[in-house]
Amino acid sequence: MTAPVLNKKNLNISRWVLIITTYIIVGIMLVLPPVLVIIEALRDGPYAAFASMTDPDALAAIRLTLVMTVASVAINSTFGVLAAWLIAKYRFPMRGILLMLIELPISISPVVAGLVWLLLFGTQGWWGEALNRMNIHIAFAPAGILLATLFVTFPYVTRTLLPLMEQQGRDAEDAAMLLGASFWQILWHVTLPEARWALLSGVLLTTARAMGEFGAVSVVSGHIPGLTETMPLHIETLYNGYQSVAAFSMATLLAIMAMATVSLRSVFESRAHNVATGEHDA
Amino acid sequence: MKHAHNTTRARAIDPLPGFRFALVSTLLWVGLIVALPLTALVMRPWQEGIGAMTAALQDSRMFAALRVSFVSAFLAALIDVPLGVILAWTLVRARLPGRRVADALIDLPFAIPTAVTGITLATLYGPQGWLGAPLARLGISIAYTATGIVVALMFVGLPFIVRSVEPVLRDLPPDLEEAAGLLGARPWQIVTRVVLPALLPATVTGFGLAFARGIGEYGSVIFIAGNQPFRSEIAPLLIVVRLQEFDYPGATSIAFVLLVVSSLCLAGVAWLRRRVARGLITGAAA
Amino acid sequence: MSVRIETLVRRAPGPESKVLLDGVSLDVPDGGFVALVGPSGAGKTTLLRSVAGLDAPESGHVVIDGRAVEGLAPRERNVGFVFQNYALFRHMTVAKNIAFGLDVLPRGQRPSKADITARVAELLTLIQLPDLGQAYPERLSGGQRQRVALARALATRPGLLLLDEPFGALDPVVRRTVRAWIRALHDQLKLTTILVTHDQEEALDVADRVVVMQDGRIVQDADPQTLEEEPATPFVMEFLGESLRFEGQISSGQFVPNQAHVGAFDVQSLSDGPAVAMIRPHEVRLHAMREDGAAVRQIGVRYGLIRLSVNLGVRTVEILQPEPTASTFYDCGVQLDIQEARLFRDGKLARAAQEAETGQQHEMVSAI
Repeated sequence: MTAPVLNKKNLNISRWVLIITTYIIVGIMLVLPPVLVIIEALRDGPYAAFASMTDPDALAAIRLTLVMTVASVAINSTFGVLAAWLIAKYRFPMRGILLMLIELPISISPVVAGLVWLLLFGTQGWWGEALNRMNIHIAFAPAGILLATLFVTFPYVTRTLLPLMEQQGRDAEDAAMLLGASFWQILWHVTLPEARWALLSGVLLTTARAMGEFGAVSVVSGHIPGLTETMPLHIETLYNGYQSVAAFSMATLLAIMAMATVSLRSVFESRAHNVATGEHDA
Repeated sequence: MKHAHNTTRARAIDPLPGFRFALVSTLLWVGLIVALPLTALVMRPWQEGIGAMTAALQDSRMFAALRVSFVSAFLAALIDVPLGVILAWTLVRARLPGRRVADALIDLPFAIPTAVTGITLATLYGPQGWLGAPLARLGISIAYTATGIVVALMFVGLPFIVRSVEPVLRDLPPDLEEAAGLLGARPWQIVTRVVLPALLPATVTGFGLAFARGIGEYGSVIFIAGNQPFRSEIAPLLIVVRLQEFDYPGATSIAFVLLVVSSLCLAGVAWLRRRVARGLITGAAA
Repeated sequence: MSVRIETLVRRAPGPESKVLLDGVSLDVPDGGFVALVGPSGAGKTTLLRSVAGLDAPESGHVVIDGRAVEGLAPRERNVGFVFQNYALFRHMTVAKNIAFGLDVLPRGQRPSKADITARVAELLTLIQLPDLGQAYPERLSGGQRQRVALARALATRPGLLLLDEPFGALDPVVRRTVRAWIRALHDQLKLTTILVTHDQEEALDVADRVVVMQDGRIVQDADPQTLEEEPATPFVMEFLGESLRFEGQISSGQFVPNQAHVGAFDVQSLSDGPAVAMIRPHEVRLHAMREDGAAVRQIGVRYGLIRLSVNLGVRTVEILQPEPTASTFYDCGVQLDIQEARLFRDGKLARAAQEAETGQQHEMVSAI
């Protein structure tokens, strides 16, 4: 008759062990690092941290990162929407292979994602020499950085849109088509409004990844300060040059940008989830 | 509506407009940004002939780098499994204070750019770091050793385990645990016989994701790794080194091997997952 | 608008390629109300979608108002379509949903804003939801959504209305009122309507003509009364309602069941040979037997009739009887009188009336 009591006690002890373990894991693995970033940035006071950002190379890096992010998000979102529409709404041969190709970049090392562009456009690449003679520079130039970022952030919009679009089926599109809507009218007035939260979520994920990409960009950029250094690359340069405060200040800025994007995304994600479950009720 | 023209359009075409446009755009996009560069990757190693390729493949430094990458990624993912399952369990089941904050923090490694992670962990575990200094006094050095690689990959891989396990645990009805308790199972029996088996497929998935991410990881590792050839040099870094030496064939052959081996590993994990899931279903039926 | 369907063939995609439509032909006159019924997988929805242009058949023609419409985009066919789950646009108000077909017209053909608003108001009145224009579909009940979907389909004034299981998601009470309302609307707007349903009662209730489909073919195409009196096959008989089946032999102008306790009855001008008699439970008559009758037991009530279970030895059948007659049989045995039954032979209705055909039929049977 005392067995249940014993059980309960055991359960309580193991429960507390688990809870304390959790706090330790979260504390060491997840709380310490961001705290350290901020403290290192502010080591010489807020003024020094702020001053390091107004350095011309730092400003150039911030500008390049913003331009690359906007460009790659615009391109990958546009085509990502079309690809998600294609794969979710139609059945056609080789559909599975196409989907596999779209998801492929996720499982490829960022360094390899940079390398492949050098194989095409580097000095020893297939077309690098010829393009150089025409004065077109892709490797070690912003164009190469854009291509590398496009590759790395390639699947995110399609991947977030696809499950929702497949769940929604095709009735709404068929209905709109019968009522006389054209392709753009269906996409713009019917499909995208119903998938808007998922689209936003995918766009934000692409944004966060594009801003923070390091490996792929590092390979194709050539690290020319002020010209081909994005924020992550500039952080590396500063850190390796023992400019710790400047490195961590830039890191703080970049981390805040990326984390703001990601937390905005989780807000939209819960909205999208609500919409999706709302459909279930209907 | 006005003219009754005899169209020659193929009958099998889907009536929903936009198919051709979407197909052409998608093929263009996938072709230019994914298929074309990957074709270069697959073809380039053979360009200098089979001899050059086999010579490049006999590079012992490459094998050492690949071993470091795969072993570190495997260990990190393995250590992440119990940590991730515990985190998932407390997030779902224990109503502990700060749960929402912890939940948000789980995604931190996803959100923080890898370069930031890299310099942060290098500083944290460095000889003068908050954690590095006390550990050094105990004779343990993490930064600039192979251990540092595992620590960095653990950080990067943790959310994959938690986020894979968490939804399954949330959907696991608590009555299952209560029923097992009423049938006389001890707490540890409930955990090992009821809860963990149900979580196994999701855990394997999370492990696979963390492992795959770890194999290719670059930014968060290179700052903490020390990067000594044969000991703490990861394969992606060796690719970069080869590129800096303008040894394109060498870089490409490493990338090629990395791609092939990690595909095989992922296929292996997928197979294991299917096996585990099937075992679970037949186990439940038996 | 009239619709003519000529030998449509459609196979399911994939290697097994099940035949969805197996050479289906059908005529729907202008102003007709035709219901397509059949079990799921019979091909009725595929047929409806082919008419709308949502599905492309491999061969055959769809002719709307004398014009072949192959290769014509769905939106050029001037049809209104109501989907099974209504497919309302959830992010648009009811008014926006209804106006959609007008809003997407090219600028030259699009009515003015005021005209569209007026048309929407008119339709809202028509569907008896005048005040719900600004509501979102989520807030509406099933029946209301159904009417909005109908209004949306009617906004562009199509001549042909296609309804795919439109009552499937409604509860039985709402279903009956909406059914009557749609029929009234059809008459009022002088539409041509094709309705797909798996509910035979609904089809018989609302349509002028009912087309019974099975395995991608039309088994029978007739008005409700003919369907009831002369079902073409045992399948139609069974599909349209509860029925009892008795195997037997025809010999010298009499159908003799192979079943104890069931009486033989006269059939004129049918040749000898095996046949199947099928009958509705309420058409069975009972005769009291002094000895060796089948035992009768009351098991319930339906439509004010008494449900009786009759034990025929090898099996038990259920029949319906009016109350005063039913009670007289409880204490004695009975024999079933099934002379109202339809007789089938070789899976088809055996026609007693046409003697000339019977001769031919007999020849064919003996040839086989």
